[in-house]
Amino acid sequence: MRRTLLTIVAILVVIAGAVALWFLSAPGPLSFAGGNKVALASYKDGKPTGVPAELQQASIEKRGEYLAQAADCMVCHTAPGGKEYTGGFAFKLPFGTLYSTNITPDKETGIGNYSDAEFLAAMHRGVRRDGARLYPAMPYNSYTYVTDEDALAIKAYLFSLPPVKAPARTNTLAFPFNQRWGMAFWSAFFNEDVRFQPVADKSADWNRGAYLAEALAHCGDCHTPRNLAFALDNRKKFAGTVSAGWYAYNITTDKGAGIGAWTDEALLSYLSTGHAPGHGTASGPMGEAVDHSFSKLAASDVRALVAYLRSVPAKPSSDLPSTLAGVAATSHRQGPDNGRGKQIFAGACASCHDWSGVSAITPTATLTGARAVNDPGGTNVVQVILTGMQRPNGLVSMPSFGSIYSDADVAALANYVTARFGSKGSTLTAKDVAKLRQQTAQ
Amino acid sequence: MATLKINGETKNFEATPDTPLLWVLRDVIGMTGTKFGCGIAQCGACTVHVDGKPVRSCLLPVSAVGDRSVTTIEGIGATPAGAAVQKAWLELEVIQCGYCQSGQIMSAAALLATTPNPDDSDINAAMAGNICRCGTYVRIRDAIKRAAGNAA
Amino acid sequence: MQLDDLTISRRNLLQGAAASGVLLAFHMPVRAATGPFAPNAFIRIAADNTTTLVMPQVEMGQGTYTSISMILAEELDADFAKVALEHAPPDDKLYANPPFGLQATGNSNSIRAFWTPLRTAGAAARAMLLQAAASQWKVDPATCSAANSMVTHAASGRTIAFGALINDAARLTPPEKPALKDPKNFTLIGKPLKRLDTPEKTNGKAVYGIDVLLPGMKFAAVAQCPVFGGKVAKVDDTATKKIAGVYKIVQLDDAVAVVADTTWTAKKGLAALDITWNEGANAKISSAEIWADLRAASQKDGLVAKHEGDAAKALAQGERIEAAYELPFLAHAPMEPLNCVLQLTKDKCEIWIGTQVMTRVQGTVAQLLNFPLDKVVVHNHLLGGGFGRRLEPDMALLSVRIAQKLDGELEGSPLKVIWSREEDIQHDVYRPVYRDTIAATLRDGKIDAWNYRVTGSSVLARWLPPVFEALKGVDFDAVDSAADMPYDIPNKHVEFTRAEPPAVPTGFWRGVGPNNNVFATECFIDELAKKAGKDPVAFRVSMLDKEPRLKAAVQMAAEKSGWGQALPARVGRGICAQVSFASFIATVVEAEVDEHGEVRLRRITSAVDTGIAVNPDTVIAQLQGGLIFGLTAALWGEITIERGRVQQSNFHDYRMLRIDEVPRIDVHVIKSGEAPGGIGETGANAGPPALRNAIYAATGVALRRLPIDRAALAGKRSA
Repeated sequence: MRRTLLTIVAILVVIAGAVALWFLSAPGPLSFAGGNKVALASYKDGKPTGVPAELQQASIEKRGEYLAQAADCMVCHTAPGGKEYTGGFAFKLPFGTLYSTNITPDKETGIGNYSDAEFLAAMHRGVRRDGARLYPAMPYNSYTYVTDEDALAIKAYLFSLPPVKAPARTNTLAFPFNQRWGMAFWSAFFNEDVRFQPVADKSADWNRGAYLAEALAHCGDCHTPRNLAFALDNRKKFAGTVSAGWYAYNITTDKGAGIGAWTDEALLSYLSTGHAPGHGTASGPMGEAVDHSFSKLAASDVRALVAYLRSVPAKPSSDLPSTLAGVAATSHRQGPDNGRGKQIFAGACASCHDWSGVSAITPTATLTGARAVNDPGGTNVVQVILTGMQRPNGLVSMPSFGSIYSDADVAALANYVTARFGSKGSTLTAKDVAKLRQQTAQ
Repeated sequence: MATLKINGETKNFEATPDTPLLWVLRDVIGMTGTKFGCGIAQCGACTVHVDGKPVRSCLLPVSAVGDRSVTTIEGIGATPAGAAVQKAWLELEVIQCGYCQSGQIMSAAALLATTPNPDDSDINAAMAGNICRCGTYVRIRDAIKRAAGNAA
Repeated sequence: MQLDDLTISRRNLLQGAAASGVLLAFHMPVRAATGPFAPNAFIRIAADNTTTLVMPQVEMGQGTYTSISMILAEELDADFAKVALEHAPPDDKLYANPPFGLQATGNSNSIRAFWTPLRTAGAAARAMLLQAAASQWKVDPATCSAANSMVTHAASGRTIAFGALINDAARLTPPEKPALKDPKNFTLIGKPLKRLDTPEKTNGKAVYGIDVLLPGMKFAAVAQCPVFGGKVAKVDDTATKKIAGVYKIVQLDDAVAVVADTTWTAKKGLAALDITWNEGANAKISSAEIWADLRAASQKDGLVAKHEGDAAKALAQGERIEAAYELPFLAHAPMEPLNCVLQLTKDKCEIWIGTQVMTRVQGTVAQLLNFPLDKVVVHNHLLGGGFGRRLEPDMALLSVRIAQKLDGELEGSPLKVIWSREEDIQHDVYRPVYRDTIAATLRDGKIDAWNYRVTGSSVLARWLPPVFEALKGVDFDAVDSAADMPYDIPNKHVEFTRAEPPAVPTGFWRGVGPNNNVFATECFIDELAKKAGKDPVAFRVSMLDKEPRLKAAVQMAAEKSGWGQALPARVGRGICAQVSFASFIATVVEAEVDEHGEVRLRRITSAVDTGIAVNPDTVIAQLQGGLIFGLTAALWGEITIERGRVQQSNFHDYRMLRIDEVPRIDVHVIKSGEAPGGIGETGANAGPPALRNAIYAATGVALRRLPIDRAALAGKRSA
């Protein structure tokens, strides 16, 4: 017992020391841009916060709805198959599972009793109404940049929803991570607790894009690697990382690994429809972000996001090939043959994806050019096989194959798909698939 | 009013652009040889040819067909490969309930049109997407080989 | 809708069919007798010498239309190349399946049940035609003969076509007991003749129930409460109403349907609905609970189905060997999803459907509508697979309930209701879960005592209550192939413990009762053989002296499969011997198990003695297909329940064998002069135990549950 305590204390001291050191020199999400940060009111070229022009006259609830969509609140605050905003979505972390909570205005189980100040404390500082600390799965280190006006519009929108009784599920975090008070230190180090400040010498589009990406959409929460203390490492801003079992790819301006070689049209199309010809289709968490957030944004806002993304410094990804494979052979005879993987592809996949990778049914099923198949790690290919791809509005969806194929089968299939349609095949084993499966199980 | 080129004839029809070709064929034009089985391209019952290539019509939006020519089970007998497949199917008495067989024949005809002498791996690659609940697979394999011989 | 095209295509259909020699008269309302000579319900001969045969049983792939026609034409001496076929109308008086007392196709008994009635019908008609010719020629009918729809008087060299005799023949009284042919004189029966229904199935002209098109037809898509027994609480149809082509949203107490201009529009409209369900009490039911209940029930004594010798005493005297075998819920998933076409007016309901139970569809619909029976007209069609699913009228009843809600301009419109594949799988009547427990003792290397208990649902109790009651609850289906298991064992005791799963509806599934009993018996026989230190084939043969037909089948299957020859590591052969549906069948499966527990089929060999094989090619096809049907289930088939709903939905999560997973299947038909046995179900019985025993041989793992547990085979979990 004493030894355990000592070990924990020692670990905590070491972590605290490292973190402190790191923090002292750690850049913020907008540090890369440099320039002269000014107060919102002092920015000359319009207002980068709030809602787009067409919604300026709308009710606070309407404006809040738009901002809540831009902040993608719903996806994390809804369990699969559950009622919107009632929580229960599972975050699988290395040290246990965390569940999102009910943010409908139910007084007992939701946020119905939150005052404006209490709501802002949660959004900006990760402090719950009862004073307890929120885990940073709630991205308050991003939402901290949201203006009070916008945060309260979101609150007004949430309070306009029907209250639903949905008690929180119990988290299963291991010690010491189940100690919420520890998050106070985390916040002290990693949450700036400041509102968005535009950069005076950047364009209105850029500043609007920065506000959308950093304050609301919290792109970095998935796309920026984390440090030892689970905080975003903005030295590698947007350089891509695996989180919750999915690889959020490099979205820096790197021409090989990132989106530097994408045209503006391709980026606009990808963000607003989830698909860009020659670049594949958004799936997993990015698919959800498109369906519930980016696709609902005003065209001007999507353009602003693209303008902002264009400014993020290129960072390479050593694990990703810089050239994407072209169209595969139309005959099954050409190309790789790993037995089982090819067999499954023939039965369950070729009907849609074709042996060439260019779908005869819908461009969204075309594999050629997609980053996922050009990732020798095969992570997202595995996840798409396991969970499928559900698209809204009657668009062609992909069924999930996780229940009928074993881990060994999925590994073989992913290895075949990456070898046939990507520039370098993955070498996944059944064990790798088992781990990935565990991370996305709800 | 839109048009489709089906089995060499031009057909006029009215349907929303997102309507899958399958339902235009079956419900609008009244050609019911092409079957609905799963709606998710997992069973192959709805297979037709678009410019000679086998496509699952249950997911293919009719607007994506454009002016390409569609061949269905009703017209496949006019192609040499299709006729050879139909003949072999009857010679070896492949069919049981027959519901999946429109799709099986369309997949087999497409295979033979590009691969006149398929081996087992070619048959697997071309036919694994077509499910048959009656279990006629053994005879389908034999009949494709017979058809290859008939056509040669 | 382009009706002109439709009419033309229908005309083409008839011309095309006529040219190929067979006319399947699908659409014409059938009257009892349209031809001038109709000596009975099955045969009509027209003046142009065409013979029309009326099919009392339905065609769902099992080849029964051809076999029935062969039997009729054989005794009638009709020209087989020129027969036309017609679906029978619903009529239990004329077309009932004798053992069921209703017009049903199932239980692999079409040929068994109709063998004598059809032969008699053919022979009676032939006798009348011979008599008519003999009277015309003023000769003794015994000196006349018939062949190819012609009567010949050999002595004078005179011939006359059947068609020219119909008026005279019609005036004669049909003989009650006409002489039947000596089987050695059969010219059709026993030959692998071409099927009559297949030409139209190669060119898209065959019309299944789902293919029926009527002028002005509307199309419906339907969603039933995902929880068994749940109800509709609330429907928000705002988005659906905005879709062009949606005519009506129909709300029933347990389902919602969208009626539209095409099936696609209806599907889109259904997807756009926001339906809130009142899930009800069943929302708590799960597979885990169902299995726990079944295991508990299997501890209870059952009703005795067989008692020979003294099994209890013999069990007490030897080393008691025990095992329990469990089989999961299964869906039927015929390739043609459930559907029904109907037109409901104020006083008449006309239905176009492919069903295994014509009169039941008619009767239950009439009851629902409170119509007299003759106001419900049912037209039968080809079935895109039945497998037992179409032994239920539920798709017709739901469709009628939807049609009842059509009002205004829609009232009386023809309506086609198609279930999505998801609805088809999630609202099936499932093959029940079974748990079969067996205890046995060995003596001198043979089985001395055999105590067998089937625990599970009684489908018969729901489906045919009078028979269930007459049997006093000893459901013959549930204990089929258990009460009459073939091995010579001095002390036998067989029981049935009825245990109905909560909420989940159960029904007949290809292979029916023998599925679980042949599986449990044959798996356990292999375990006992191992215990006795005997080869599985030799062990079986040693107990089959009283079943020579099965013994011969076992020996032939062993020989043809290369039984005993060396195999590579992790490859095994397994055998299944069965007497079911009056057929005697032995099957050997050769399979390989890899290090992940994945199973690959390598070769399948069956030997079958089914008595007189009316069409031996059909017998082979049915076994090949039945084996694949059963093996699919053994490898992957399981419907699971969570929160009161079925978790599987389509072929991506309810897996089917595909062509590249199916090996060579050799079926050897043993020549026999015995009366024909049933065959359609049997392959489904044979595949699973033979595969399981192959795995047992390959790995030593004695699986006792289906589907196959890969983790157990990979050594990750005990079996």
